[in-house]
Amino acid sequence: MRRKIPLAIAFVFGIIMIIQFFIPHRISVEFYRNMLNALVIVGIFYYILAVSSLIRVHRGKIKRKKPGWGYSYVTLISLVVTAVIGVLGGAYQATRITSWFVQHFHWQIEQGTGLMVIYTYIQIPMGATMFSLLAFFIASAAFRAFKARSLTAVLLLVTAFVVMLGRVPIGALLTRRLPEIFHLTNIVEWILKYPNMAAQRGILMGIGLGMIATSLKIILGIERGYLGGGD
Amino acid sequence: MKERKGLIIGSVIMIAIFVLMFIKGEPSKSIMVWIAAILTLSIYSFLYKDNVFYKFAEHLFVGVSVGYSVSVVWQNAFIRRVFDPLFITRTYIVNDKFSLYLFLGIVIPTLLGLLMLSIFTKKQAWLIRIPIAFVVGSYAGMGIAPSFQANIFEQTRSTLYVTLSISASIMIVGVISTLVYFFFSKEHKGLLGKTANLGIWFIMIAFGASFGYTVMARISLLIGRMQFLLHDWLGVIK
Amino acid sequence: MRFWEKVMKLDRRWIFLLIGLAVLIPFLKPLKLPLTITKPAKDVFDAVENIPPEGPPLLIATDYAPSTAPELDPMLYALLRQCFTSKRRVILLALYPQGAGMAQAGLDFILPEFPEAKSGVDYVFLGYQPGIQAIVMYIGEDVRLAFPTDAYGIPLDSLPMMKNIRNYDDIALIIDLAGSSIPITWVTYAVARYGELMAVGVTAVSAAQYYPYLDSGQFVGMLGGLKGAAEYEKLIKQKGYTKAREIATIGMDAQSIAHLVILFLIIIGNIAFFASKSHKKKGGPIGS
Repeated sequence: MRRKIPLAIAFVFGIIMIIQFFIPHRISVEFYRNMLNALVIVGIFYYILAVSSLIRVHRGKIKRKKPGWGYSYVTLISLVVTAVIGVLGGAYQATRITSWFVQHFHWQIEQGTGLMVIYTYIQIPMGATMFSLLAFFIASAAFRAFKARSLTAVLLLVTAFVVMLGRVPIGALLTRRLPEIFHLTNIVEWILKYPNMAAQRGILMGIGLGMIATSLKIILGIERGYLGGGD
Repeated sequence: MKERKGLIIGSVIMIAIFVLMFIKGEPSKSIMVWIAAILTLSIYSFLYKDNVFYKFAEHLFVGVSVGYSVSVVWQNAFIRRVFDPLFITRTYIVNDKFSLYLFLGIVIPTLLGLLMLSIFTKKQAWLIRIPIAFVVGSYAGMGIAPSFQANIFEQTRSTLYVTLSISASIMIVGVISTLVYFFFSKEHKGLLGKTANLGIWFIMIAFGASFGYTVMARISLLIGRMQFLLHDWLGVIK
Repeated sequence: MRFWEKVMKLDRRWIFLLIGLAVLIPFLKPLKLPLTITKPAKDVFDAVENIPPEGPPLLIATDYAPSTAPELDPMLYALLRQCFTSKRRVILLALYPQGAGMAQAGLDFILPEFPEAKSGVDYVFLGYQPGIQAIVMYIGEDVRLAFPTDAYGIPLDSLPMMKNIRNYDDIALIIDLAGSSIPITWVTYAVARYGELMAVGVTAVSAAQYYPYLDSGQFVGMLGGLKGAAEYEKLIKQKGYTKAREIATIGMDAQSIAHLVILFLIIIGNIAFFASKSHKKKGGPIGS
C-alpha cells in the first residue's frame, strides 16, 4: 500500500506524459499545461524537505551536544533571521514593512531590500570564498597526486598541460613566432574540438541512453530509489 | 608552540594588509564591504588551520543560504502562484463567474505539495512519496522523447554528417571507440577489446582537457576574491 | 635523494602560500599580456549582434550561485552592457533561487551606468520559479503562465516590453550562464522540444564537456570560464560599447602566472616522485 500507491502514480503519469508528447491535439496541450503548472506548484513545497532536514541535523547536534554543537545555533539563527527579513521585507521588491523602516529610520538600502543586502555582502562573498579555497587544494593536489605512473596517465597529464598553457595569454605569447597551426591556442582548440569532443560525445550519448533507461525503469517501477527507505 | 606560530603568521598577514592599505589604497567606506572582507579573511584562515572564525563563517553561510532560498521561494513562488491567486486576485473568478476548473488547477497541486508536510509526522511520513512519485514519474515521461532527440539523435547526426577530413575521421573513430568502451565493458578481447582500449585513450585526452580546465576554474575563483579584496575593499588596484 | 624526499614531505601550507602570491603579485605588477579571441566566444558575440535593436529580446538565464560568480559575473556584466548600449532588450530569469540573486546583484551593479534603462521597457527581470524542467517547457507554451509576474510583482501584461512576447517564438536567443549541468536541461527542452536558438556561458570546469553540443550546432556559441569572459569583454570593447573596468581581463595575468606555478608544481612533484621511487628500489628507507 505505502509503496504501491506511489508506484502506480509514477507509472500512470509517466505513461501519460510519454503519450502526450506525440499528440498535438488542443486537449492534450491543455492537459500538458496543467501538468506543468502542477509540477511548478509542487516544486514550491520541495523546500519544506530541504529546510526540515537542515533543521533536523542541527537540532540533533545541539540535543546530543556533539562536538561543535554551539555552531549549530549560528546556522539556525542565521537561517531564521534571513528568512524573516526576506519573508517580511521582500525578496527583490521592498514590501510595506521595508518602506516603513526606510521612511522612519531614514535607512538607505541601495539593494532595494534587506534580503539583497544580506545576499550581496554575506552570501556572495562567503560562497565565492568558500569555493576559492579549492584553488589552494588543487595546487597541493597537483604537487602530490598527479603522477605520470602509466601511459594513460601521461596522456592525461600532457593534455592537461597543453590546455592549461594554451588557454591563457602566456601560452599564446610563447608560441607566437611559430607558424599559425602550431600556435598553442589553435592546438588547444583542435584538441577540444576533435579528440576531446569525440570522447565527450561518446560519454554524453552513454549518459543520454542511461537517462532514458532510468526514466523507463522509474515508470515501470523497477527503479524505486526515489521512494526512500522503509516499507 | 603551534598556536604561537599561527598567531605570528596571522599578524604578519594583517600588518601586510594594513601597510598596503595605507600606502597605496583607498579602503572602502562601506560597513557592508568591511563585513564581507572580514568574512572572506575568516574563511581563508582555514588554510592555515581549522579555527573558530572559519567554523563560524561556514555555519553562517549554510544558514543564510537556506534562509535566502526560503525567502525567494516564498515571495516569488508561493505568494504569486498560490496565495495571491487564491485569496487576493482570485484568478478563478472570470466575468463574475466561479470557474471550478481554474480553482482546482491551483488547489489540487497545492494539496499535493502540502503532503510534503507529512515528513513531520512519524506514522504518515510515507505520504510524502505521493508528490515525489508524481514529480519523478511525470518528468521521467516528459524527458524521454526530448532527451533522445537532444542527446542521441542530434549527436549521432552530427557525427555522421561531416565533411571528411583527417580531423573528422579522428572524431568519428573517437566517438565509436568511446561508445564501445562503455557498452562492452565486460571483456576486452579481440577487435572489440582493441577498440575499447583506443576509447580509453580518447577518454584520457578528454579527462586531461577537463582537468586543465578545472585548474583554470579554481584559480579564477581565487582571482575573483583577490579582486574583491584588492579593488573593492582596499582600493589598492584600480 | 634525501632532498627529493624532503620535497615530497613539504607542508602543504607552503604551496598554499605560493599559489596565493602567484595570484596576488600580478595584480600589483600587471604584465598586460595580449589576449586572443577564440571562435566559440566570437560566435556568441555575433549571435547577440544579429538580434535587431529594439527587436525580439535576448533571454539570459542566470543559473549560477555565488560559488561560481567570479567566472560568470563578468559574462553577465558584459552581456548587459552590450545590450543596454545597443538598445537590445533583455529578459533575465533563473531556475535556482541563488541565480535570481545573482541576476539582481548584476543589475544593481550595471544599472548605475545606464540611468536611462528602464525595467519593463529595456529589460525585464522575471526572478525565480521552482520546477526546473517544467519552467523551461512552460516558457515554450506561454511565458505568462511560467512567470505570472516579474520579480518585482508586476503582471507581465502591464510591462510594455512583454506585450508581444508569448513564448520562444518571440525570443531571439537564450544565453544560459550556468555553474552546473543545467544547460543540458535547456538544450533538451528549449532547443530540442521548442527549436529555440541557444548559447552558453559556463565555468571552465564544464567547458570541455559541452563541445559536443557546440559541434552539433545545438549551442551557437560558448564562453568558457574567466578566459571566455575576458574574450567577451574584449569583443564589446572593440565594438566601442563600453569603457568600463574589465574585471575578467584584469585577472588574466594572474591566471597565466598561477598556471605556470601549477605546471611547475606538477613537474617538481613528478621529479620528486620518480627520484624517491628509484631510491626506494635500491632498498633505502621508505618515504611516505
